[in-house]
Amino acid sequence: MARSGGAAPSAAKTRGDAGRVPGLSREQKLELYYYMRLTRSLEERLVNLYRQTKVVGGLFRSLGQEADAVGSAYALDRSKGDILSPLIRNLGSMLVQGARPDEIIRQYMAKGDSPTRGRELNIHYGDLVRGFIGQISHLGDMVPVMAGVTLSFRMRRQDRVGLVYVGDGATSTGAFHEGINFAAVQRCPLVVVVENNGYAYSTPLRKQTAAKQLVDKAIGYGIAGEQADGNDVVATYEATKRAVDRARAGGGVTLVELVTYRRKGHAEHDNQSYVPPGEIDRWASENDPIDRYGKRLLSDGFEQKELSAVDERITAEIDVATDAADASAMPEPTDALVGIYADPPAEQPLWFREGVKSAVEVHERPSGWGTHDV
Amino acid sequence: MSEITYLEAIREALFEEMERDENVFCLGEDIGAYGGAFKVTDGLMAKYGEERVIDTPISEAAIIGAAAGAAHMGMRPVCEMQFIDFISTGYDMLTNYVATARYRAMLPCPMVVRGPSGGYVRGGPFHSQNPEAAFLHTPGLKIVYPATASDAKGLMKSAIRDEDCVLYFEHKYLYRRIRETMPDGDHLTPIGKARVAREGRDVSVITYAATVWKALEAAEQVEKEDGLSVEVVDLRTLLPMDDEAIIATVKKTNRVLIVHEDTRTGGVAGEITARINETAFEWLDAPVLRVTAADVPLPYSPPLEDYVLPQTSDIVLALRKLASY
Repeated sequence: MARSGGAAPSAAKTRGDAGRVPGLSREQKLELYYYMRLTRSLEERLVNLYRQTKVVGGLFRSLGQEADAVGSAYALDRSKGDILSPLIRNLGSMLVQGARPDEIIRQYMAKGDSPTRGRELNIHYGDLVRGFIGQISHLGDMVPVMAGVTLSFRMRRQDRVGLVYVGDGATSTGAFHEGINFAAVQRCPLVVVVENNGYAYSTPLRKQTAAKQLVDKAIGYGIAGEQADGNDVVATYEATKRAVDRARAGGGVTLVELVTYRRKGHAEHDNQSYVPPGEIDRWASENDPIDRYGKRLLSDGFEQKELSAVDERITAEIDVATDAADASAMPEPTDALVGIYADPPAEQPLWFREGVKSAVEVHERPSGWGTHDV
Repeated sequence: MSEITYLEAIREALFEEMERDENVFCLGEDIGAYGGAFKVTDGLMAKYGEERVIDTPISEAAIIGAAAGAAHMGMRPVCEMQFIDFISTGYDMLTNYVATARYRAMLPCPMVVRGPSGGYVRGGPFHSQNPEAAFLHTPGLKIVYPATASDAKGLMKSAIRDEDCVLYFEHKYLYRRIRETMPDGDHLTPIGKARVAREGRDVSVITYAATVWKALEAAEQVEKEDGLSVEVVDLRTLLPMDDEAIIATVKKTNRVLIVHEDTRTGGVAGEITARINETAFEWLDAPVLRVTAADVPLPYSPPLEDYVLPQTSDIVLALRKLASY
């Protein structure tokens, strides 16, 4: 396996693409294509909205990494109540779990009816029912949290698995170490996906770790390790599926390293001046995960018009979502005071803001606001 | 019913709550087989097993983070910090993850983080701390710090049942020094309510934890020697703060001394003073005064520790100054 961050895409990454996808139905194979395409097209729409200044904060892309997010999430079983916690380049994994394009756009546009009612940015949101928990910006912190989520599965004898994403950079944090070690000792049904895209902001992998490869870290924790070509959606799916099956069978934690490449900067503002010339173009022309999978499907008996139909359906879905998000209102300022605690349901306005008509004054508490009734 | 210690009262609360609700579980370092550094959790593992009384690696961030994840799923974790001094290594998890979870993500975090706190025990800089002020500044957390055995029990039970994360500070100086007969039945002390530990007319002391007892000693002394009637308010909960109780005692005595064992700058006393200033300034007959630890890490040697921490004699001096202002 070639290491990313300066390396050219290796021949090994393309090996096996021509073969059949084992264990996946025709419908599932097309679904993988749908989620990867949806991820890319949705992000492209967000870029348009960003340039129109309709995106309030920064914009984070997963261009070239769609396969690792989609393929890994696809290995979970939604019917069993599996839960994942994505990172900033795992929009695709959330879509697999049922996140909707309009929610994503509302989040980026900071709308009052966005999933976090304007409190949090971008894809930082979750839904326990659909099976994803929103990340915070402190990298590595979701590993201990997902250790606890999966600890509860084990304690309650539930047939559920958890999956947490970290990047190559987050493997350097204390929280990553504490969380994965805790989960390993407790034999939690947890899959830790290390999405190695070569860069943490501007820092290449060689400045992040002296380890030869990140999957080696599994040995130190006494857990299973898997490594796969993260730009091959099927290889990603298969490696993660082995880890999910192991977790569900009581075999504990697996560290899955998915090797991929970040073709865009940390966020839209980042000009990637630190990337060696030609590196991005090589990955784009030789190792684009959607191009690779599209060719594979065509050689596997699919017709171009089937793929084109998926592309058209996605465009229509995103158009509808964009219009809906664009039309919705920004939050009421005083909504900022609702929901710090279960009781009281809202903070009182400070004295210099008294008299402001607000949800606070009527003690509005939205149903399901951080309660267990779902 | 016989008397039990402050420490036994905490343990009794843990037993009762684990018995009442199977979602309650404990996790921390050396809490199971060994029963905890101070034996607070002694006997819990024997009764409830390794699955509900978890001996963890030395990983405060993982203890708190895992508790949060389990709490999202409906469990009721009780985390032990072996000494509360070590809560600093879980600070990020508590302030960034746990405290914001409900607000930013509608994720409930009903969990308790408890641990032996405070000085007067020759524990040195890293086994004596009172880090409550570091968390007072974080919306989304609750903070309790009981001074009596019955409150130790009642606040622990309320903390476990609370829908949000409660930091439960327990004073190690009080662990085995005070005892009390527990109230009958399912004894709950409400979070957010102070208690008047001693009624008085002339001066008020607002305090919490071990210094409640020092304030009571000082009050006895000035009553005997100066004929002063001192009211002592035990806050019990620091966050949310019981403004009503604070303002009530200000209006009653018009002279206020705030006492805490934590250091002075940025401490809880400053916040209380500001609230009195904003809402009851006209009721004051004297400036609000503070008796606190000096702004130094807590030293080990007895003459040094005794000099740094607030003593009964310091409170007596401050009460006399306030009364004669």
